[in-house]
Amino acid sequence: MRFERRESGSAALTILAPLGAIGVALIVAGVLITIAGANAFEAYRLILKGAFGSRLGITETFTRATPLILTGLAAAVAFRARLWNIGGEGQFYLGALAVTAFGLFPGLSGAPAPVAILACLVVGAMAGSALLLVPVALKIRFGVDEVVTTLLLNFVAILFVSMMIEGPLKDPLAFGWPQSVPVPDAALLPQLVERSRLHAGLLVALALAVVVWWVQARTVFGMRARATGLNARAAAFAGVPLGRTLTLVACLSGGLAGLAGAVEVMGIKGYVTTDLSPNYGYSGIVIAMLANLNPIGVIGAALFSAVMFVGADSMSRALGIPSYIADVTVALSLLTMLVAVFLTQYRVRR
Amino acid sequence: MTRVLELDGITKRFGSTLANDDVSLHLERGEVVALLGENGAGKTTLMSILFGHYTADTGEVRVEGRALAPGKSRAAIQAGVGMVHQHFALAANLTVLENVMTGTEPLWRLRSDRAGARRRLAGLAERFGLPVDPDARVSELSVGERQRVEILKALYNEARILILDEPTAVLTTQQAERLFATLREMAAKGLSIIFISHKLHEVMSASDRVVVLRGGRVVAERVTRQTTKDDLAELMVGRAVERPHRPPARPGAVLLEAEDLHVSGKGGAPLNGVDFRLRAGETLGIIGVSGNGQTTLAGVVSGLYPQDRGALRVHGKPLRRQDVPHVIAAGIGRIPEDRNAEGVVGDMTTWENVVLERLWSPEFSRHGVVRRGAARAATARLLEDYDVRGARVDGRVRLLSGGNMQKLILGRVLDAGPSILVAAQPSRGLDEGAIVDVHRRLIEARARGVGVLLISEDLDEVIALSDRIRAIVGGRLSPAIPAERADARLLGLMMAGDWSAAKAIEQEAQAADAL
Repeated sequence: MRFERRESGSAALTILAPLGAIGVALIVAGVLITIAGANAFEAYRLILKGAFGSRLGITETFTRATPLILTGLAAAVAFRARLWNIGGEGQFYLGALAVTAFGLFPGLSGAPAPVAILACLVVGAMAGSALLLVPVALKIRFGVDEVVTTLLLNFVAILFVSMMIEGPLKDPLAFGWPQSVPVPDAALLPQLVERSRLHAGLLVALALAVVVWWVQARTVFGMRARATGLNARAAAFAGVPLGRTLTLVACLSGGLAGLAGAVEVMGIKGYVTTDLSPNYGYSGIVIAMLANLNPIGVIGAALFSAVMFVGADSMSRALGIPSYIADVTVALSLLTMLVAVFLTQYRVRR
Repeated sequence: MTRVLELDGITKRFGSTLANDDVSLHLERGEVVALLGENGAGKTTLMSILFGHYTADTGEVRVEGRALAPGKSRAAIQAGVGMVHQHFALAANLTVLENVMTGTEPLWRLRSDRAGARRRLAGLAERFGLPVDPDARVSELSVGERQRVEILKALYNEARILILDEPTAVLTTQQAERLFATLREMAAKGLSIIFISHKLHEVMSASDRVVVLRGGRVVAERVTRQTTKDDLAELMVGRAVERPHRPPARPGAVLLEAEDLHVSGKGGAPLNGVDFRLRAGETLGIIGVSGNGQTTLAGVVSGLYPQDRGALRVHGKPLRRQDVPHVIAAGIGRIPEDRNAEGVVGDMTTWENVVLERLWSPEFSRHGVVRRGAARAATARLLEDYDVRGARVDGRVRLLSGGNMQKLILGRVLDAGPSILVAAQPSRGLDEGAIVDVHRRLIEARARGVGVLLISEDLDEVIALSDRIRAIVGGRLSPAIPAERADARLLGLMMAGDWSAAKAIEQEAQAADAL
């Protein structure tokens, strides 16, 4: 058996690939559900019902999708330029922490809400960018592999957050629990639906997906970043400043991940703990791959992932299947997506 | 004499190119044979077949009378064939001793016999005059020392036949001389040696017999003592030299001037003081064996990196900044050496590839936003004007044939109206039809008054297109000869670094000009 590069990737294949990948992942996960002793169709019906069957379910699904869209965009933007940012998790936490620290700034509580919110979002994004700029500078200057540095910085960032919320940023009114000081009320994101957790962060995420798509498709920077990712030597020959382009990509990618943290803390919790993120940063990588690095596709992939996680909770209560099946399904979909992407580019020959 | 190695009727085809065509050669005990040929003559392919990296389509390799199993390096090593690669196959983080021992002991043995290995290595080093420190890390060694380790590694594997692929490519002259002295000594002790080279002087000084390869075929075999450098140069290049019709040059003002250019450490061979002047309406051809600095020269003129020392003046003025946008803005058009790796981004669309190198110009972007309409229109026009077949404005460039890809690159470069054209290997890998097209474009550009700097390994091309020809050797340029005076022998000598004849011709031409 041999693999041959396809002459051209057809548009239909590009759209069918993620759907096919998700389909295959659901079938394989269905086998696991069957082994666990439940009817797979029933389980998937309950997952969909849990995610979309009630007002609470729908709002929870979109609430869950919000940070995933942002971390997914963060990974997609970086990967397009072959910058392997595995540090979304750390950038997420640093973005969240920066918002609470910035909340201590006395001028903020008196400011009108739009100003306070905008300032906090910018601060969160800048914190995320700053954390990614360190490994990217090392990569540009010394050729240090950013996969290693960004991955390991996650642990550094989370431990730093832990130190800060046990120390200088600890909430004195939290009865000794390790949590940060709260974000001032002026900087909290407004709710979108009453009596739910769904907040305006969703709109921010959706708008940014469109903005990122536009930047990548239409601007000089976007075109240079894509060229850098696809063929760095040719990009350099065409005069693309590789270092500057990668630095900008890092600002954008780290900024989006930091923004995810900021939005999460400003929209839902109001303060930072070390369990703020159920691996949103890492899930962003899976979502970016599922979306084939397309910013608009990221919205769909984030929704798929959110549906699985929210729906699996209620499904597991009803059927007694561990809700880990959601993790398994999402992980499987990543694997099948990688195969699907490969098959859109190569054909199998005997 | 006993015949230790025979290659019999080796043929190897890669796709549509015939790398080796019914090649036969033999090696006697204690003999040093040089395999001489230009780049792409099939030397390395042949030796890779012998060593089992490739399998021949037909033909047989026999070592000491026994046929060698094809496609297995291990079989070759066991039969006593040792290979010293051009790019050394050593682990830089291990010591000399560890490198030499690698692969010699069974994988499952728990203890390795370092003391025994050390004794044997010392013995070999002593016997063949190859001193090394067995405990030095390879990363700390000079290139010459590394090569010595490679040779010792082969000897440690009890090689009786040693094959060296362009052994002097990375060595200084003194190191090369020492190496050949060692090789002669080793041959005297019964080893049989084949070395691959395209340098005439080392073939003359170090071999007993020369086998000349051209276009994948053995074209001649000479006993070294009975031949001359000139003879070999002609055999190696071996073409009837023809000049197509071309209007005479009307050289104008100096457009591009390099003065004492030094560049090093850019991943290629260094430039060690390059001077040239390129005038309007003339083509200056730079020939040379690859790895002598032509890539670096093209890179520095293309704005990929600045020179360490010396000056590069365009229209008499140094560039404000030596980067790609400034080079292009100064009127230099660039045709890269490697179309696929440097010329295009294969997975981007045709129009994106056309405008990528001029994105900074207001013609194609405004306030950081790409002017897609203008870019698409310019591309559509260019596809028409330059007859690029099979391309769609929104299609991926990867799908184009080599010839059409080159037409696209030529189109985007010439469309910008350059006054200087740097063309590196512009017809490499193209079929005859596409080559004719590329050449026509270059001749047209010259007729319009463009100064063309043609860097090529294809001698026919250089002779056909150039007004003056210089050779690049070791990062320096030879004297310039008028193209009418070029013949295979003279160019062979120039590329080999023997510049006395060229010098005389240059002076003669200058004197004629002065009259």
